[in-house]
Parts: sequence; C-alpha cells; structure tokens
Amino acid sequence: MLSIKNLHAGIEDKKILKGLNLEINAGEVHAIMGPNGSGKSTLASVLAGREDYEVTEGTVEFLGKDLLELAPEKRAGEGLFLAFQYPIEIAGLSTTNFVKTAVNEIRKYRGEPALDSVQFLRMMKEKMALMNIDQALLSRSLNEGFSGGEKKRNEIFQMAMLQPKLAILDETDSGLDIDAIRIVANGVNKLRNKDNAVLVVTHYQRLLDYIVPDFVHVLYDGRIVKSGTKELALELEERGYDFIKNEVNAAQEA
Amino acid sequence: MNTIENIKERFHELQSAGNGKLKAHEQNAFEAFNRLGIPTSKHEEWKYTRIGSVFNKEFQIKPGGGNITMKDIAAVRMAGYEDANELVFVNGIYNPDLSTVRSRELVVQPLQDASLNEYAGIVQKHLGHSSRYAKDGVHALNSSFVHEGVFIHIAPGQITEHPVYVYYITDAREANILSQPRNLVHISERAEVEIAETHHTLGVSESFTNHVLEVIVERDANVNYYKIQNDADHSNHVCTTHFRQTGKSNIHAVTISLTGGIVRNNMSITLEAEHAEAHLYGLYFLKGRTHVDNHTVVDHVKPNCMSNELYKGIIDGDATAVFNGKIFVQQDAQKTNAYQSNKNVLLSDGASVNTKPQLEIFADDVKCSHGCTVGRLDEEGLFYLRSRGISENTARSLLIHAFAIDILEHVKSAVLRDYVDKLIFERLEI
Repeated sequence: MLSIKNLHAGIEDKKILKGLNLEINAGEVHAIMGPNGSGKSTLASVLAGREDYEVTEGTVEFLGKDLLELAPEKRAGEGLFLAFQYPIEIAGLSTTNFVKTAVNEIRKYRGEPALDSVQFLRMMKEKMALMNIDQALLSRSLNEGFSGGEKKRNEIFQMAMLQPKLAILDETDSGLDIDAIRIVANGVNKLRNKDNAVLVVTHYQRLLDYIVPDFVHVLYDGRIVKSGTKELALELEERGYDFIKNEVNAAQEA
Repeated sequence: MNTIENIKERFHELQSAGNGKLKAHEQNAFEAFNRLGIPTSKHEEWKYTRIGSVFNKEFQIKPGGGNITMKDIAAVRMAGYEDANELVFVNGIYNPDLSTVRSRELVVQPLQDASLNEYAGIVQKHLGHSSRYAKDGVHALNSSFVHEGVFIHIAPGQITEHPVYVYYITDAREANILSQPRNLVHISERAEVEIAETHHTLGVSESFTNHVLEVIVERDANVNYYKIQNDADHSNHVCTTHFRQTGKSNIHAVTISLTGGIVRNNMSITLEAEHAEAHLYGLYFLKGRTHVDNHTVVDHVKPNCMSNELYKGIIDGDATAVFNGKIFVQQDAQKTNAYQSNKNVLLSDGASVNTKPQLEIFADDVKCSHGCTVGRLDEEGLFYLRSRGISENTARSLLIHAFAIDILEHVKSAVLRDYVDKLIFERLEI
C-alpha cells in the first residue's frame, strides 16, 4: 500500500529525514517510535503534504501513485488521512459543516455522488456513537475551546467519517489521560479491517497497549534503525532510547 | 461645466425660486461648503480616501431621474420585500409612485412639509445634528439641498413584520449622475423597527451618491439597521448615517460592503440618555479596485451606556480599505462600557488596509477597550482543511466565510441574512 524508499526531507536548510525506508501493506498496523527530534512528525507531515517541508531525494508510492506529486487534498482523496498532533482551531466553521464538505469533496474526487443530508446524518450518528461524541460538540466551531481529549476524539471521528485506506496517527496520545487514550484507541481498532492500514507515530509505548502493532520501527536521526514486533516497543519502554542510540553510534564507529 | 459648477448653479436656481423654512439652513450649509471646499488628503479625516478624484469627474444632477419602472426596481429588490415597506428614491428624490407604505405607523413626507406642520419641532431640533461629526464640505453640500429630502416618522408600535426597505436608485443610463438623498428619521418612544438600505446604479455611466441619513431614537425604541452595499463598481458613495439616541434605547447596526468604486461610510452614534445601548458591526469583503472607508464615531455623552463595535474586513485584488473608529467618553459619561475591534485579512499582495482606533476618554470610571489586527488567511487552517480532501479554493472559501460569520450572524432578520449569505457565497463561489 505504502512504499517509502530512501526518503530525504527537511525544512528550510535543516535535513531531518536522511534515507528512510518503509513498506506498509493492507491490513497492517505499524508503529514508528523514536526520541524527540528523530523526525517522526516530519515523516507524518511529508506524507500528508505539508508544504513547509521539502523532499530532496527518494520516492513515496501510495496505492500505485507517486504520493509526493499530489496536493494534500488529492492525497486525502486517494485515501490518506493524518490525525494531527495539534488539531487546528477554526472559529466560525462548525465540525459538521467541515466534515460534510470533506466527505463530499472526497466522494467527488472518487467519482461518487454527494451524500444527501439524510444519508450524511445517518452516517454521522453512527460514527458519533463510535467515538462517544455528542451533537453539541459537532455544532460548535471546529476544535475551538475543545479539551485535548475532545480534539483527538474529533480527529478519529473525522477518520471514521472519511474511511481512509491509510491512517497516520501523529502523537495522538500526547496530552491525553488514560481514559481518553482508551476511547481514541477503541475507535481506531473498530475502524481496522483487512483493506486498510494504520501508522502510529508515537514517543511512548502506552498507546500501543491499546492499538497493538504488527511492526514497530525505531526512527533515529532521520532513519529507521531498528524494526521488530510489538516486543520492541516494550523493550524501548523499559530501557529508554539510549540503548538504540548507543547501538547506532557503536555501529557507526565500527 | 464641472460637477461643482453644476451644483452651484442648481443651488442658486432653487434659492431664487424660494423654498420656505429650510432656506436659512441651506444658505448656512452652502456658505460652509464654499468655505470648506472638497476635502483633500491633507484633511486628516480624508487622508486615505481621495474624494476629490470623484468630484473632478463631470456629474450631472437630474433630480427624480428619467423613466424608472417597477421592473427596474424588481431587479434590485432585497429578499423579503413582499412584506416590507418599500421606499424608493430616484436620483436622490423620494418617489411615492414606486414606493409602498404598508404600516400605519410609518409616515413619509417631504422635509419641506414636515418643517411646517406638527413635526416642525422635531425637524427644527434635530435636522443637521450629524454635522457635529461630519465637519466637511461634502456633508455641507448635501445640507445645501435639505428641502428636497424626506422626513420619516415612525409612530410608537412594532412594525417589525413590515421592515422598512429603502432603495436609492441612480439613473445613470444617459450620463454620470450625482444624487444627494437626505432623510431625517424620527423613531418614537417604544417603537420597534427594522430598516434596510441599499443603493443601485442603473446604466453604465458613473454614479455618485452623497447621502445623509439622520435617525432620532427616542426612549425605549429599538432599531435594527442594515446597510447593504453591493452597487456597481462604477458607483461612488459617501454615506453619512447618524444615530442620535435621545432616550434609553437600543441600536443594532450592520454595514455590509461588497462592491463599489469609492465608498465612504460615516457612521456616528451619540448616546445621549442613560442606559442607551449601541451595537455596530461591519463587514467589508472587497476585490478589484474597490475602496471602502468606514469612519465611525461613538460618542458617549451620558453615564451607564454601553457600546460594542466590531468591523471585519476581507480584502482581495487591488482593493483598499480604511477603518477609523473613534470613541468619545465625555466627562459626564461615568460607568461607560465601550468596546471596539477591527480585524482584517488580506488575501492578495495588492490589497491594503489602513486601520486606526481613536479613544478619547474624559471620564475616569469607565471600561473601554479597542484592538485591531491585520493578517493573512491562516496557512495551518488551510492545510488542515486540505488534508481532509477539501480543495484549496473551497478551503479558502470556508475559512473566509468562517472569518465573516460573526458579522453575518448579527443580521437578525432571517430573510436578509439569507440574502446577504447568498451574496457572500456568490463571491466565494461555493
């Protein structure tokens, strides 16, 4: 589904990703972990198409298309979704109106007819129940005055509405208490199936107790330096990132 | 002949014909005009709006205009007109044949007549009060022809089911036309009324409207006032709207400016009775080469009054905007609450805005605040929307609409709000 080869990217003159490789297939959950500054959020941003980042080398193929050639909205149309680490607040735009526009623009991109109000409401009610979100919240301005937990639930609600092929969760657990993490993770798990995939970007292991990954990758200094199964995450939790850093540095010296 | 000569000639013609009780008022105004002249950019209040460039073109004066039919009116009607009192002015002069008065409480008559009948006291007392705030030759020019204006009286009672829609039509099908509508509106005690005004230019020649509206608001009256400016780009306007709250009353004013050539809005409100409240809102959403200048004055004269002002601007293309907001809190006006805010978004490199808040506070126990911002559309917000599959154009439109919405929602009349929303959506192409 997603194939990243030798990806180099940075912001202004700063090089952040330095030859990253990653393959994700349908039905899989991957986790990318790493210390602060290793390039986790840069990877999420580059994949979603944030224009501040410049890709200097490498390729990203998504469902057979050159992802890097596509505008952010087209990436979404192809089935990519980024749950933001810091969801943006937009005063004056209700979540309902925003999501309805998004759902129908994506349907248009795929050549499907727009949902009418009844169809849209039915779908929305179903997904609201899934994410434990009430109507009042969705009628309010997008993310404005939402608590941290409400913002993240709203992100996963949007994911549920847009039904992406690949969802990237960028530090979705940051700032959440354990109950909120559970609700968010529960939502993600219910959306998983054999045709879609999830990439969880996180600093801490705890989210992975709830969204159990098939593969765990450690990102350090712009590259994936170690890959393994969910046990790797537990090892990182126990030993910290230093042992990875030491391994990498020792390998470089040798 | 140039425009000024046309005006002077007409003034002398009318004066020699003689026109009753308002003659002295007109002569004083005309003297003031001769003394003050047309303001240049050296005039502090006109620094960014070169009104001289409009006067330098040749405009003719054809009061009453040519043959305007109901069909012409139909094209410019505001939504909800079926239930409205409709007052139509053509080239500045009230046209009763094209107008419809539905409410018993609404009286419309020539100012000339009102200056002689049972309303004479009101006319005498209030006519020209706006000149305390609009101290320039343009205002004086309008006042030189007051006898051609109308007096509008609103008797006590609710006439909200029949809003008062006022259309100012300029017939510029044959020549550039200058028109100078003048109205004095008297809103009686306990009257409740909604007034909506709009200007339209017929034909392709230029129009120049120099309009003065003075509104007297008595005790316990409640006024919702809307001004919708979506006239042709070859139209120019100086609109002076002055509210005088002589009693504890409530004013809610919304000015929406979308198109036009050079547009100057002078909005002044004096709160002359305790516990009066004034809310004023403005939205200017401009493109092309449109220039819109909102000069507002809120004058707190008495204690315990409240004013709240929010103007928002979205400026695209090579359009220019000016916001100048004055708040006076006079020495007597203790316990005043006065708030002002002006926020602008520039959508293009060619767009510009000059914004200036001015507070002059002479009382010591007051709560006042002001603020202004100028920025660009939020790039982070844009990316967020696009990352959800929303095209860049639609995302921009949604953000612009979101920015404008806290003005739009102050259009309380549902039909008018839909009407304005439609105009905005047309502009946004969503």
